[in-house]
Order: sequence, then structure tokens, then C-alpha cells
Amino acid sequence: MKLSCQLRNETYYFNSIKDVLAKASEEKSGDVMAGIGAKSSLERMAAKYTLSELQLKDIFENPVISYESDQVTKVIYDDVSHFVYKEISGWTVGELREYILSHSTNSNDLKRLSRGLTSEMISAVAKLMSSIDLVLASQKMKHQAHCNTTIGEPGRLAFRCQPNHPVDNPDGILASIKEGLSYGSGDAVIGINPNNEAVDSVARLLTMSHEFMQKWAIPTQNCVLAHVTTQMQALKKGAPVALLFQSLAGSQLANDDFGVNQELLDEGYELMKSEGTSAGPNFFYFETGQGSEVSLDGHSGVDMQTLEARTYGYARRWKPFMVNNVSGFIGPETLYDGKQMIRADLEDLFMGKLHNLPMGIAPTYTNHMSADQNDQEIAGMLTTVAGANFYMGVPGGDDVMLSYQDTSFHDDASLREMLGLRPLTEFEKWLEKMGIMEEGRLTKYAGDLSIFD
Amino acid sequence: MNIEQIVKDVLSEMEDKGNKTTSKPYTQEYKNKHIVYRQEKKVGVDEPKNREYVEQVQKETPARIGIGRSGTRMRTKNYLDFRVDHAAAQDAVFKDVGDDVLTRMDLPILHSKATSMEEYLMNLDVGRKLNEESRSWLAEKATKGKQVQIVVSDGLSSTGIEETIPDLLPTLIQGLEAKNISMGNPIFIRKSRVWIQDEVASLVDCDLVISLIGERPGLATSKSISAYIIYKPNKESVEADRTVFSNIHEGGVPPVEAGAYLADIIEKMLQSKASGVKFSQMQ
Repeated sequence: MKLSCQLRNETYYFNSIKDVLAKASEEKSGDVMAGIGAKSSLERMAAKYTLSELQLKDIFENPVISYESDQVTKVIYDDVSHFVYKEISGWTVGELREYILSHSTNSNDLKRLSRGLTSEMISAVAKLMSSIDLVLASQKMKHQAHCNTTIGEPGRLAFRCQPNHPVDNPDGILASIKEGLSYGSGDAVIGINPNNEAVDSVARLLTMSHEFMQKWAIPTQNCVLAHVTTQMQALKKGAPVALLFQSLAGSQLANDDFGVNQELLDEGYELMKSEGTSAGPNFFYFETGQGSEVSLDGHSGVDMQTLEARTYGYARRWKPFMVNNVSGFIGPETLYDGKQMIRADLEDLFMGKLHNLPMGIAPTYTNHMSADQNDQEIAGMLTTVAGANFYMGVPGGDDVMLSYQDTSFHDDASLREMLGLRPLTEFEKWLEKMGIMEEGRLTKYAGDLSIFD
Repeated sequence: MNIEQIVKDVLSEMEDKGNKTTSKPYTQEYKNKHIVYRQEKKVGVDEPKNREYVEQVQKETPARIGIGRSGTRMRTKNYLDFRVDHAAAQDAVFKDVGDDVLTRMDLPILHSKATSMEEYLMNLDVGRKLNEESRSWLAEKATKGKQVQIVVSDGLSSTGIEETIPDLLPTLIQGLEAKNISMGNPIFIRKSRVWIQDEVASLVDCDLVISLIGERPGLATSKSISAYIIYKPNKESVEADRTVFSNIHEGGVPPVEAGAYLADIIEKMLQSKASGVKFSQMQ
């Protein structure tokens, strides 16, 4: 294992694989704040070169956080196919990149390859890839999952209708649901972020959205994005839950801060099998995003991108219906500007897909970050080309509860139209029945929330 | 969200700017040459099935609904409204609180270790400590050994501070005076974060410190501030030791009411010698 590199007239030394990974990352403010990023552009390149020559077995044998001390590492390693791993353990990371990009490697090859990779290997190869590399590789992989609808079929793009309200006013939320549906948004899920986390209040929103779906026979799933334990309590009291939500992170320290662990998520999965309203077998909705571990001071010296990869390695244990990447939500101390946000979105989509996950992207920005609507729309277009399964749908792009900007109902409809993508099969039939869509295009009734009145 | 108020604010803001950028007399003729930007909720949907319903629900949520479309895109006015709101929110973060506001409030201006906005945003630590000059100023000139020290921090919304503090601070001070609670002179700290209150408390030797700090702005509210209160902070203090009141702005908890309310809470905290989770468990 070689951990130093002579580049131009300088020799660069790295203390560990963790160090190489951190310094080989593209510049991100969170890694700078944690004091682990490259100190110069040439040091970054020395790290990338060193990384390209490392063998996969070097990475396998040196997880960035030890198996014994961290549940995330344990879940990742317990899931690896040793048969597949042995075939590739002698490859360098550079060879792995070329295998992924090769014309002779197809989608099934990558699905199998994924079983032999640890999250650190996936993070490593992403660090050697440019934007076009990431998009091309992501396009090759499209993963399906089923809850009530099937997400991830070729040629289809889904959206979460996100009808939040600052004080959970049910009429206000319902109005936003109607508006989203009238734009063809909501086939991934009708997902409400609650302001009030009380079990009764969460149960009320679940019931309200469930009854609305039943009344109009909408083929989709509902979800209220409270803490998983709150949703489980609501579920036990008989509230109708189709999809169970939780935010996840890539270290046990950060997951402790989120109040989640393997046992709890296992219990949630079992509970959904017996008490949930949906068909399954995919019952979970996870949200992730670069930087949460840094902001919770639970990064253990590991870079943001590698921690994000580990989050996917953890998440895949529970076979989620959707994994949404919300890089850009935290603020400039983790991702400073539009450039860092766009890069993170592309990396995360690729890394999630190489973990065989049904990935969606929320290109987002906060108002204290150096980014604007143009950056967000660029990220949205690029990741649609790269084949994300879904995006968020927020009225006018302005989330009035969480105080940040995300893709709007208008953006959703535009992304479909510009690439000729259709809603999920069952949902498209419903849109046609409602007169909202004809042959993949919105009709004159689209955008009128009062058609449900 | 009070639309009338927003329209009024925007109009008066524009008039102010008009006056500053021109030496021409502000005549009716001159005024007629201007387009006046107005933001109001309108049904933008072409031929809605039920216009009244759309109008009614537009009042029930600040979400941007019922705005209609051109093809799959937003109408021009709604797109520009969105960008105007974002511009206002960004200015609230990236502009400094005006010296005139601070002078009027008679607040001494101190500084954190952050030397630029960029450093402040990217490095949480520098905003949590005073720079050397401010540290020694506080050590030499501050009133010490009082019960309460008030700290005003720009945080992430300078607009929040400018709009809220002139109403909030006098009522808070009056409230505390009426309860015979002693106070050091309030201070303002540029580019500072909540935790800087711990260092201030150790320098002025007060029992309790309250920070009034600008919130991360959203598009709907860029003027919100929060109050963080801690009783006798020390090196072991954690988040759970702080009591926080958020959403103080005209559209949330009005600043005047907040001042009186905060004075009451501070009195109770001084009596129970606690803040944060410990304080709420005692209630």
C-alpha cells in the first residue's frame, strides 16, 4: 500500500487511506472546516493520483471507521458479497473507474459489481470522476422499487408533492397537495414535513392525506416526515402510513444524534410489513445529504463525500422505496456555493446508484449560501440527464416551513417535458382520467387546484 | 403573512432609495415615470374551475399556490417575485447592520474573530469567540457583576436586527428595570454566533446572558430573530442548557410583546437559577 506521491518537485505524504480520501475530494467547505481537506491544488492532485493506484483490497482492509466501533461500518461489511469482492480485490481504483465507464460494462454488470464494493470504494472511485463521467455512469444504472407505485422504470420520472405549511394548517396543506397533483407531481409520495411533531398531530396529517388519496383513487403513497419513532407510535395507534421516513447519516455518532440505529429501523420495517397500508416490499423513505456529520460534529475525521457513501451502504439494508439526497440544505459551512452543491448532487446520485439504491435528488439552496435559482436549475437538469428517479415538488419552489428553496411543481413538469419523460405508469393513467395530462403533456386544466373542489 | 404590510414596506423602501439616488425634486411628474413594484397574491390560473376557492386557500397558506403557468414555467411576475424575495433574504445575510441603527440604540460595537463574511459563514468557531480588541474592551469598560447581560448578534439576518431590535430592546430593558433586575450595558457583536454569549458572561461576570440574534432567513420571512438565554454558562455548557425563543418578527411574535415576555422568563430563571431543559423541567 503506497501512501505517498512525488508530484512535480514535491513529495506528498498521507497518513492513512482516510487521509487520502479526504484530500482527494473536490473542494468542499465542510472538509475545510473539519481541517481534513487538501491544503493546495497540487496536494489534491497528489491524493487523487495516490488513490488511483490503491488496490480495492487496501481500502477493504482499512475502513475509515473501524468495524468494531461503528454500526454503520458493521452493516456495510456484513452486506458485502465476498465472492464478488474476491474477483475484484486486486483492481486499483483507477481500473475500477475504467471498468464502470467501459462500453462493455452494462447495467447488470454494475448491479453485480455493487455487491462486492464497500462504500469507501464507491466514494474513492467517484473522486476520480469528472462531471461527465458521473453522469454517464449514473445513466447506466436505474433501480426500481415498489410501494404502491413502481418507481425507477425507464422513461419515467416521479415527484414527491411537498405541501408543507408553517403551522400545519390542514386546509393550507391540502390546497398545496391539490396544486401539486394538478401539475402531475405526487407519484413518488405525498410527503408532508410536520411543524408539530406530536403523535396526534402527525396521525391527523396521515389520516387527512390518506383519505384524500382514497377519495380521488390516487395511486401513490403518503408519508409524514416526523422522527421514525413518532411515525411508529402513530402506526401502532392505527394511523395510515404507506411509507416510513427517516434521515440517516454515515457514522454511528451522527446517527446517535438523529436518534436512530439498526435495531430501531429493523423494528420499523417489521411494523410496516404488518401494520402499514402499502403493498411494499419497499417501505422506507430515507433522506441523506453531504455535511450532516460535520454539522453534528460526528465526522471522525472522514470527509463529507465518503460519509455520504457510507450512509447509502447503511440505507441499503432496509431496501428503501426512495432515497432522497438533500445536499445543500445545511448551509455554506458544509457546501459553500452553487458549484459545490452541483458537484455534490452529481457525486451523490452516482454513489447512491452504485449502491443499487433508487435515488432521487433535491437540488437545494439556503439563503445564506452563495447560490441561486440558476445553480439549482442547472443541478436539476444535469441530474435528470443522469437519470434520477425523482425530485421534490414544492409550491413555487419556496418551502415556507423549512425556509429553503427546492424544485417547484413547475420545475417538475419542465424536467419531464424537456427530456420526454413520463409520470409513473399507474399515476399517468390517473392523470389522464382526471384530464390533467394527455399523451405525456399537461392539458389546459393543469395547474388549477380547484379541479378537486 | 400580512400582504398589506409587505407592500407598504416595499413601497417605503423604494421611496427611500429613490430619494438617496437622485438629486431631482420628487415631483408628481417624476413619480409618474416610475414603475412601482408591488407584490400581492393574485389568482394566476387561467379560467379556474372555482376562482373563489383558489382565492380563499391563497389566504390560508403562505405557500406560492394558485399562481398559474406559462407552458410549464412560472408567469413572469411570479418568477420575479420569487427572485425579489431571494434577493431580500440574501441581502439580509450579506449586508452588515447599519452603524446608524446601532448608534441610535447606543450599542457599543464589538467584533468576533471572523474577519470576513466568508470566514464567518464557513467557520463556525470564529463566530463563537471575541477578537482580542473586543475582549480587552469588554474586560476594561463593561459594567460587571450585574444579574443580566444583553448581547445583540447580527447572526444570519442583519435586516432582522435592524427591524426588530429598536422595538424589542427598550421593552426588554423596561421590563427588567420594572422587576428591579440589574443589567450591564447591552452590547452588539458583529459576525457572532450564539455560543459567544458564554465568553461574554465570563468576562462581565453576570448571572444570566440573553442573546438576541438574527435567524437564517427564508423567502417568506427574512426579518426573524431569536432569543437564546443561558444561566451561568461554563465550559461544560451544552445546547440543552440554553432556552430559545424563535420567530420574533412582525409576522410572528411581535417584538414589543416579546420584550415583555422575555423579561418575565428571565425573572423566573434568576429565581430558579436555571435555564434550558433544567429550567423547563422545573416549571
